[in-house]
Amino acid sequence: MSWIILKIIFISVIFGLSLFIAMYSTYAERKIAAFLQDRLGPNRAGPFGLLQPLADGVKLFFKEEFIPMKADRWLFLMGPGFFMITALMTSAVIPFGPDIIVDGKPFSLQATDINVGLLYIFGVVSLGVYGILIGGWASNNKFSLLGAIRAASQNISYELAMGLSIIALVMMSSSLSLKDIVDQQAGWHWNVFYQPLGFLIFLVCAFAETNRAPFDLPECETELVGGYHTEFSSMKLGFYLFAEYINMFISSAVLATLFFGGYHFPGISSMEPGILKTALSVGVMFGKIFFFIFFFMWVRWTLPRFRYDQLMNLGWRILIPLAVINILITGAVILYKMGL
Amino acid sequence: MSVVKLTDRIKVMERKPMTFMEKIYIPAILKGMSITISHLFKKKATISYPEEQRPMSEVFRGLHILKRDEKGAERCTACGLCALACPAEAISMTASERKRGEEGLYREEKYASVYEINMLRCIFCGLCEEACPKAAIFLQNDKMAPASYEREDFIYGKDRLVEPFLQAKA
Repeated sequence: MSWIILKIIFISVIFGLSLFIAMYSTYAERKIAAFLQDRLGPNRAGPFGLLQPLADGVKLFFKEEFIPMKADRWLFLMGPGFFMITALMTSAVIPFGPDIIVDGKPFSLQATDINVGLLYIFGVVSLGVYGILIGGWASNNKFSLLGAIRAASQNISYELAMGLSIIALVMMSSSLSLKDIVDQQAGWHWNVFYQPLGFLIFLVCAFAETNRAPFDLPECETELVGGYHTEFSSMKLGFYLFAEYINMFISSAVLATLFFGGYHFPGISSMEPGILKTALSVGVMFGKIFFFIFFFMWVRWTLPRFRYDQLMNLGWRILIPLAVINILITGAVILYKMGL
Repeated sequence: MSVVKLTDRIKVMERKPMTFMEKIYIPAILKGMSITISHLFKKKATISYPEEQRPMSEVFRGLHILKRDEKGAERCTACGLCALACPAEAISMTASERKRGEEGLYREEKYASVYEINMLRCIFCGLCEEACPKAAIFLQNDKMAPASYEREDFIYGKDRLVEPFLQAKA
């Protein structure tokens, strides 16, 4: 019984944390964008502008809620909600820290450790595109529809390369459970050193999956007004923008988990189990996540947007063959190590 | 056919096919990212205006001030030369005669009972300052006419133009 209560508390904490981090990611994005462009960024609301996300949220809540006359009302309302739910669901299988001992029993800092954790993430992430697709379709606007179609085709194209790049990693770890994958990387055995090509492919695909620059074609302002969320206003727009930041947080967490040893760090792994070790491990995990969030933003404010044909070229003609080659090399090395 | 060279600045574009390093694009990305990250630590160009102010030049022509003399009496005698010199016709004034007992307030027998400058018309050329024979009007180098919501707020009367008494004593 107490286990269930603990789980509920833990899940609520992760839920709140995802929202909180997404909230402050918007602030970080504006601040980093400003700093990279020699500006100051938001600094009026509160000290250093720290209350800016709050002000933005309040503003979005009080904006007029507008539904176009010819829009499909139900789908129009469903789109943002669906996008948000799928974004929040992914965090369920990510291990945020090592087990802690509560009342003599181990308690895992992971909502659930299912043995197909990786597949679960891929499944939910692919569902995520429905939120965009439904919203874009229901708006009954050509720009929205174009944005939605772009999002769908982009996600399908890059999911292939993403999945293939993960296969090489799974061949090494022979497990789909994220917990197992993390624990295999204790010390310096981070997967990024064994799978640099796989990491690169996964990273590029992560950018495409989260619809972030340089692959933000679904909401390409210069061509499509606002893309799939052109017709959305008030908090429905807020949900779309917000869920994008949650997706970014989850992508960073997955990147850290799969390739950068998750909550492991050389030195910490050999420490005595206890509060300090747990705190440090969780801190390391979030450090890695924040680094990747920063990386996402850093890239956004450096690279120009890809053209649509360049995007498809990169996905189908470069990343997928590279991922296949990566699988072949990994397979050959594994066979060689086993002694054929 | 010979190419006629009009200038010697013509550069022939190189259209070589991209090398392998250029094609994989990653070195270019890294180079761009190193440039952007260097900007993270650079000095910001922004001046947070109300709190922080750009240093003004010594000869900057800002908001006008009507000076007092060393005893604290207004120097202006409402001769109207400033209004005459003003190319934007921003200055208007009404002259009055000094009454008995007002010697401490106004330096000469005639003074300006109303003195208005329309800051929306003023072009801050400083010709009023040059025209004034009594050294009464100056353009300050550390103050500007602040923004406002109403047009009326830009018509500056004596209440805002005359130098405060304490400032003149100091």
